Amino acid sequence: MKSLEELKKLREESIKNLEMRNTEKNIRVVVGMATCGIAAGARPVLNTLVEEVAMRNLNDVQVAQTGCIGMCTLEPIVEIYEPDKEKVTYINVNSDKAKRIVAEHIVNGNIVREFTIGASDN
Amino acid sequence: MQKGLCVKEKENEFRRLKEFIESKKETQGIMMQTLQEAQNIFGYLPIEVQKFIADETGIPLAEVYGVVTFYTQFSVTPKGKHKIGVCLGTACYVKGAQLILDKLSKELGINVGATTEDNLFTLEATRCLGCCGLAPVMMIDDEVYGKLETKQIPEIIAKYRG
Amino acid sequence: MAIYRSHVLVCGGTGCTSSKSVLIKERFEEKIKEINLDKEIQVVLTGCFGLCEQGPIVIVYPEGTFYSKMSLDRVDEIVSEHLNKGRIVKKYVYHETDEDTEKVKALADIDFYKKQKRVALRNCGVINPENINEYIARDGYLALGKVLTEMTPEEVIKLVKDSGLKGRGGAGFSTGMKWSFAAPNKADQKYVICNADEGDPGAFMDRSVLEGDPHAVLEAMAISGYAIGATKGFIYVRAEYPIAVHRLEIAIEQAKDLGLLGKNLFGSDFDFDVEIRLGAGAFVCGEETALMQSIEGYRGMSRNKPPFPAVKGLWGKPTIINNVETLANVPQIIINGPEWFKSFGTEKSPGTKVFALGGKINNTGLVEVPMGTTLREVIYDIGGGCPNGRAFKAVQTGGPSGGCLVKDHLDTEIDYDNLTALGSMMGSGGMIVMDEDNCMVDIARFFLDFTVDESCGKCTPCREGTKRMLEILDKISEGKGTMEDLDRLENLAQTIKDTALCGLGQTAPNPVLSTIRYFKDEYLAHIVDKTCPAGVCKKLLKYNITADCKGCTKCARICPVGAITGKVKELHVIDQNKCIKCGACMDACSFHAIIRK
Repeated sequence: MKSLEELKKLREESIKNLEMRNTEKNIRVVVGMATCGIAAGARPVLNTLVEEVAMRNLNDVQVAQTGCIGMCTLEPIVEIYEPDKEKVTYINVNSDKAKRIVAEHIVNGNIVREFTIGASDN
Repeated sequence: MQKGLCVKEKENEFRRLKEFIESKKETQGIMMQTLQEAQNIFGYLPIEVQKFIADETGIPLAEVYGVVTFYTQFSVTPKGKHKIGVCLGTACYVKGAQLILDKLSKELGINVGATTEDNLFTLEATRCLGCCGLAPVMMIDDEVYGKLETKQIPEIIAKYRG
Repeated sequence: MAIYRSHVLVCGGTGCTSSKSVLIKERFEEKIKEINLDKEIQVVLTGCFGLCEQGPIVIVYPEGTFYSKMSLDRVDEIVSEHLNKGRIVKKYVYHETDEDTEKVKALADIDFYKKQKRVALRNCGVINPENINEYIARDGYLALGKVLTEMTPEEVIKLVKDSGLKGRGGAGFSTGMKWSFAAPNKADQKYVICNADEGDPGAFMDRSVLEGDPHAVLEAMAISGYAIGATKGFIYVRAEYPIAVHRLEIAIEQAKDLGLLGKNLFGSDFDFDVEIRLGAGAFVCGEETALMQSIEGYRGMSRNKPPFPAVKGLWGKPTIINNVETLANVPQIIINGPEWFKSFGTEKSPGTKVFALGGKINNTGLVEVPMGTTLREVIYDIGGGCPNGRAFKAVQTGGPSGGCLVKDHLDTEIDYDNLTALGSMMGSGGMIVMDEDNCMVDIARFFLDFTVDESCGKCTPCREGTKRMLEILDKISEGKGTMEDLDRLENLAQTIKDTALCGLGQTAPNPVLSTIRYFKDEYLAHIVDKTCPAGVCKKLLKYNITADCKGCTKCARICPVGAITGKVKELHVIDQNKCIKCGACMDACSFHAIIRK
């Protein structure tokens, strides 16, 4: 270790992995991972979300899995909970959609209407 | 008095100890480490081993003997095949460790600190093992038995008698 | 670096390891691999979570789900349900986190953790102690970097002094002052020593720090080395702590690889190396002068001070000796500043203190609270009180050097001065709770037996005096004591306190004096009434057969001295004159018809 900068760089690299163990986050992204969700391809979606969040250093976002959300035909389902806002439910999500959800919704605050459950009703 | 150790039979062991001492020539204060290593090699520290250490290090035998007998972890007598250590830390004690120790002593027919005649068990009272959440605790070799009741003792011992 | 979507943290502290947590970790890895999730889920062995009573403990992130009392079958279910399908297995979640059925409570909201403030233990149970990167991610070695690149040794000492940090090993001496005594002494070599010879029975905070956050200790040692001008450090660890030693070895290796120990740290001209030295089971080696004797390879016997180690220490060179928990605070103080540290605790005792809660208490484990927290908060709010509805009787603090505190003291704010004023002491932070089933004469005898055994034998008051005290206590607990014995005991205790050479002897009478002070009635019961109210002192006990006896004759057959008589299907009787109080009959009775009183 030759300088403080070198240490700080190593710290930045190491910190991403540990962010997972911080439970005090405001935004929760939840992926339905019951048998139905997994069969419909929820696993790559979950992994994409985890990677995107880590890559962009979104330290206030927790990506978690949950059981069956109850609408098996619409899986993979991703729900986003933000404080003082209504829950947003995305359906039929895949990896590409997941990337857009992170970029547009979580980073920029614009809900990706076309992927939401509301959009499919219309 | 314990039986003497046959130096010839233990040639390999003495060679290992000699190598260890030579590897530490440059280190200050190697007495404790040397004794720990010797006890690892021989299982205990008979007078022959102490003499050997004194000769190799140039430390007077009286001093070696003094250190060996000061620290409870060094033993000048051989130990049984299985070492039973009952934790007598405060947390274990207030939860009845003394009763466990008494029961073991009765079950094995030996006093604390002694070894059974068949050389199978050595019974010892140890200092706090640090797993106070499991009090009262005993260790047989590397196995930890927690939340003990006196009733369980005969069964546990029987396992080791095989 | 790979990013995992979930982390499974398995406690690898000594308590949980004793209940096979390593096998649990392996089972997790195996099961996760079976369903091909090993690239997505990371299994980590951490240091102690503190709630040892509930071990083995597992925490699953990102949810922070707290699973307690784990077993191998439970692992299988958690892997297939929680990790694979996202359904938290509620029935295995620590009961207190599961009160409301919808959402599992976060760890920080559990009563056990709510009142805690983790400074020394901040990384225990959070990081993998065998991975230096995880320590660095938690600001590790930043303090060392800051000290070496931005501060002079004088500034470091001033900062530590300003923080008011006191030694957590027992005596409570100002850490900054200690450093300042050693700094100006000129010598070709100076040493820093980390005292990890944690000998107080029932105290295991130092071990937990070493096991859970070894790098914090190494970093702090390097900082103290820079402050006083020492380039060599020794960690003196009890040989009874194999896991701690193993983790320290790994930590030293990793720090050397990254150049965080060794030559020219952070591009400065400061070199620092650390070596581990093992103890061999001698309590007195926790005393600093005895400890140095032991490192040098002699019998661990203490010597007179002065000269203090800061002047003449290890091999005659200026040396400072700090306890593990003290050191674990240092990097935090450097990073956050003395004001931050002083924002916890009381004016005279700033910061936090780790306590090892044990004995008759529901939540056995390790807790860290700000100084000034009351005993009641620690024992009841965090510790959950005494189990099985038994009444709290006393809490013993400070180990063999401390004393007992009673119900009336529960609202005492814990700090160095308050505990000393009540006849106990902070010590290293053992807190053993006792209930009505514990006999205080027996407890005093227990501690004295410990000091008699551990006295190094150098000075007469400690070698002979404690032995005489023990003999008197033995007499009392056998029902042969007299009132004069009690006076003699107090007299002797005072003499030993005044004349013993080192801290071990000077404090050895404390458990006796404090129990006489607060439980004189129990001593009197043993001396005058010849009874042991708690039913512990063997010689004063009587075994009796109650009306529940079915006359099965089992007890009569097992009694080694033939003290039990009675006909088949009739009530049996024990001849008290013959009974040797071995308890064999009580163990043998299938009807719980034999009582000890």
